[in-house]
Amino acid sequence: MKVGLSWLREHVELPADLTEADLDLALNNLGIEVEEIADQRHSVQGSLVVGKVLTIEELTEFKKPIRFCTVDVGQANGSGAPQEIVCGARNFAEGDRVVVILPGGVLPGGFAIGARKTYGRNSHGMICSAAELGLSGDHDGIIVLPESVTAQPGDDARPVVGLDDIEVHVTVTPDRGYQMSVRGLARELGHAFQARFTDPGLAPAPGGTAAPAWPVTIQDTQGCDRFAARLVRGIDPSAPTPDWMAKRLLTAGVRTLGLAIDITNYVMLELGQPMHAFDADRITGGLVVRRATEGEKLTTLDGQARVLSAEDMVICDDTGPVSLAAVMGGQTSEVVDGTVNVLFEAAHWDPTMVGRTARRHRLFSEAAKRWERGVDRQLCLVAIERAVQLLVEHGGGTAGEEILDLNHPGDPVMISMAATEPSRLIGVDYPVDRVGDLLTEVGCDTAVYDDRVDVITPSWRPDLRQPADLVEEVVRLDGFENVPSVLPIAPPGNGLTPAQRRKRSVGRSLAEQGYVEVLSYPFVSATALATLGLPTDAVRLANPLSDEEPLMRTSLLPPLLTALKRNVGRGQRDVALFEQGLVFLPDLSAGVPPVLGVAGRPDPALWEKANASVPVQPWHVAVVLAGEFERSGWWGPGRAASWSDAVQAARDVLAASAVPDASVGVAAAQRSPWHPGRCAAISVDGVVVGYAGELHPAVCAALELPKRTCAMELNLDAVPLPKPTPPPVFSTYPPALIDVALVLPSEVPAAQVEAALAEGAGALLESVRLFDVYTSEQLGAGQRSLAYKLTFRAPDRTLTVEEAVAARDAAVAVTAQRFGAVLRGA
Amino acid sequence: MTYRHDPYDPKQAAMLDPAALDDAVTAADKAFADAGDLDALAVQKAAHLGDRSAVSLARREIGALPPAAKSDAGKRVNEARTAIQAAYDARHVILEAEQAQRVLETEAVDVTLPWDRRPRGARHPLTTLMERVGDLFIGMGYEIAEGPEVELEWANFDALNISPDHPARGLMDTFWVKAAESATGATESGLVLRTHTSPVQARTMLTRQPPIYVVVPGKVYRTDELDATHSPVFHQVEGLVVDKGITMAHLKGTLDHFARAMFGPDARTRWRPHYFPFTEPSAEFDVWFAEHRDGPRWVEWGGCGMVNPNVLRACGIDPEVYSGFAFGMGIERTLMFRNGLSDMREMIEGDVRFTRAFGMEVH
Repeated sequence: MKVGLSWLREHVELPADLTEADLDLALNNLGIEVEEIADQRHSVQGSLVVGKVLTIEELTEFKKPIRFCTVDVGQANGSGAPQEIVCGARNFAEGDRVVVILPGGVLPGGFAIGARKTYGRNSHGMICSAAELGLSGDHDGIIVLPESVTAQPGDDARPVVGLDDIEVHVTVTPDRGYQMSVRGLARELGHAFQARFTDPGLAPAPGGTAAPAWPVTIQDTQGCDRFAARLVRGIDPSAPTPDWMAKRLLTAGVRTLGLAIDITNYVMLELGQPMHAFDADRITGGLVVRRATEGEKLTTLDGQARVLSAEDMVICDDTGPVSLAAVMGGQTSEVVDGTVNVLFEAAHWDPTMVGRTARRHRLFSEAAKRWERGVDRQLCLVAIERAVQLLVEHGGGTAGEEILDLNHPGDPVMISMAATEPSRLIGVDYPVDRVGDLLTEVGCDTAVYDDRVDVITPSWRPDLRQPADLVEEVVRLDGFENVPSVLPIAPPGNGLTPAQRRKRSVGRSLAEQGYVEVLSYPFVSATALATLGLPTDAVRLANPLSDEEPLMRTSLLPPLLTALKRNVGRGQRDVALFEQGLVFLPDLSAGVPPVLGVAGRPDPALWEKANASVPVQPWHVAVVLAGEFERSGWWGPGRAASWSDAVQAARDVLAASAVPDASVGVAAAQRSPWHPGRCAAISVDGVVVGYAGELHPAVCAALELPKRTCAMELNLDAVPLPKPTPPPVFSTYPPALIDVALVLPSEVPAAQVEAALAEGAGALLESVRLFDVYTSEQLGAGQRSLAYKLTFRAPDRTLTVEEAVAARDAAVAVTAQRFGAVLRGA
Repeated sequence: MTYRHDPYDPKQAAMLDPAALDDAVTAADKAFADAGDLDALAVQKAAHLGDRSAVSLARREIGALPPAAKSDAGKRVNEARTAIQAAYDARHVILEAEQAQRVLETEAVDVTLPWDRRPRGARHPLTTLMERVGDLFIGMGYEIAEGPEVELEWANFDALNISPDHPARGLMDTFWVKAAESATGATESGLVLRTHTSPVQARTMLTRQPPIYVVVPGKVYRTDELDATHSPVFHQVEGLVVDKGITMAHLKGTLDHFARAMFGPDARTRWRPHYFPFTEPSAEFDVWFAEHRDGPRWVEWGGCGMVNPNVLRACGIDPEVYSGFAFGMGIERTLMFRNGLSDMREMIEGDVRFTRAFGMEVH
């Protein structure tokens, strides 16, 4: 909402020396967000003065007529000599007084004025039009000051043309519709400055007459509970909108569209009551206010042909709908250039209905914005009276005797609040009388008792419904600065949950291993999923930001690989990234959640059912890596990132999650988007929790990733939370170390060989460590040698060589029997 | 004076001559001092303390002396030998130290050789900032609550006093989940990407009994195009307290404490009345930030208020018995003004140079 301070001052006696900073602070403290407070006097910089045209010389040798003028600008130019100015407008004569900006001045929009040669003459300044001063674009030509203006050449022209107001541009919160008016803002400023406020909403207005101004029937009093109307007959269709009104509308950002319509907008800005002006001669028969029938058509004032819904309200005459009620009028009945008989309408509409209609038709008119936020239902007759008076005064014509007022009032809202409620919620000891005074100031009809305050809320405050709403008014007007700062003492908490600690631990561990964390957008395209060989069933957005990416990620990898590619594209060669976050698993069988009320705690069964329709969203962790994981340098060669680093990352994550090594399983797997021969399934206690390895070469090619890019992804929610660690058992007797090299078929997984060795070696085995993998022609095709260091140790004695060798032989025997392994060199 | 019968060879006994012993000590001192390294010293040790050394020979001559002279001579020899040994030991310590020093010198390296064998990893500053906020409140006895990002429309809106026709719904630019093709022909899924962390308030109140003291850090979604100051995906942290006797003064105390912990002892908050459907009364608050890159100033930080009784009721808590407060702020915004960042996009792109600058923690 934009409005000039001068208009506000008409209704509230603000201090004369009010500064912009005072105003800004006051509005902010009232909860009104200030977009801008702009002094119009500063909108034009430099000398803007009244000038008197002395001579006009017509220059005719150009494509369009040009005038070379001399203008008396008094002493404003320092010399008192006539100012030579070239001008393209023709709507003035010698002797006229005009508005001149002298060289050095700057017009709105940063348009600097200098002395320059143009059309063969020197021009020192410019004779201004209203548009150039940022005033109004409606008149052709430059401003010619009327006789009534007494200013002399050289005088400051700003007050003469109306560039002397302060524009106040504010944003109002959605609950306070009343503030979208001069009336509402003036009331609020009255609170802030303890200044006297004269309520234009309480201006005297005659009541409805027995005979209607027009035959009107309300068929749906739910949608429309009040409808007032009055005729003005025989206006002068050519009567202009008075300048002061045009200027106020302009300041408010409202276009002028002719006197009758301008008056409806003016009254809306002043009182907050949206109105409509019909051309009475273009209405056929009586008016009916009703719900639209589904599919009914109406062309609104903006020229849009609209198909209506059965929820919309319409005003109809015998020909059908003539207005989309409360939102926008129709073309067939609107006031036009030749209108002489005007029917003003001011009604009260159901805010919910208007909100729905506005959203359905995407028509957020100034009227709709006010209706949705709540309009005072007591304003109809006051608004009609104001509009009629303005039209009669400026457009001539005669006000009709009949005043229509169809009124179906509801009960007034009464709230009974415990006297202690403001203190209970705010922590300030407000005396009950103070509470009563503040609520009275807001406009409530207040009755103060020892133990309670009963109020009837003002008609312009439909947002006041419960004691908490009254408490807000008390603290708002008393001031937040009076609320003390007291730190509450919370009961002892339990700290982070194990799952929360685990997320942190995993993140820290990966960062310590050299991975850089990324927080990417979870939006993916079906193509991205398909390229990775992932199912394209995913949670789909109805209104995605990009039509390309309407799906929610089912894996962390697509966005993470995009980030990897971006880094490579920016010149990073060795990139290791990680991300933790939710993925979204679609459940196609889940239905729409049941309707849950808000009157009380939802029924547990319904709540459970509702949650069953929420997609499962497990917490995943993933890494991607390319280039060298360990760089080459003066110390020697580096090591390219490989599948084994991805597997190691999975092990690091599980170690950080306190999963014992013995619980972790690694097995060959085939899974998109990994290389079929270089993919490991990672399991915990036999349950697969994710995959790691090198990406499929086709995936790297399709996504233009570096060759042999590797990746790991785990579902952290599937990893069991750690139990208390059992005490470790270890012997202090010396170990017996024996190396064995086994030759066996290459396809036997190392993990199985290790398991077989452990099984055969029995309880004396302390550890098995693979220290070499070897293939050669000597060994033969399809064979490889795995060399292990076996450590034996007994808990209670020093092992003899014989015992250790026997255990070694038993271990080897199992591998021989199971895989045909033979001891190398044996 | 009596003389023993043993044959006495004056030449042999010459080594016992005090002057000769003095000469032996002097000669040894010089020889040890001249020894330039441990090897040379070892040679001189043999010469001056070995079997054929002057003091060893002198000791042997003692036997030939008359008994009366033995003690005196023995004492002289011992003194000489002790002096030579001491000279040797002292020189040995010096030469050993010199030797050790030479070894260290040969082992010296160029410690300025570059060392970037393992590129450094890093945690995202938004993550660590959220953890920092979490830790602060954990320290005050709060717990961290979490919830889904694809959320029930009911939890995101209705339970928070935002009815389907509430103007606030239109203000929050919401991503809606498309309904699955279903037999019922439903066109609305009843699911949204949560537009704020506040639905976790509802979930918390439905699963815990007061007293409730929680903070909710997390990811939220709005249909804003990405630019320097907007992102369709961003993070918030939200606090919720529901207990008996909770007042707005408690909210102010909590936010002031929070501000001081985040921005230093001079930080404080300033409140402006505002509107949120889920709180009544509501306010927006600014924080006084002395370290702002453009100079000390008030910076818009977040929104807060007393939990609306309608919200308490929808979650089964009696607003006559309990009251509560809630507050929330943007993590990106906080990081931006706290660390002087100017472009939100840098937080999203995943450029390692951005994240690495913050290391393991945000400061």
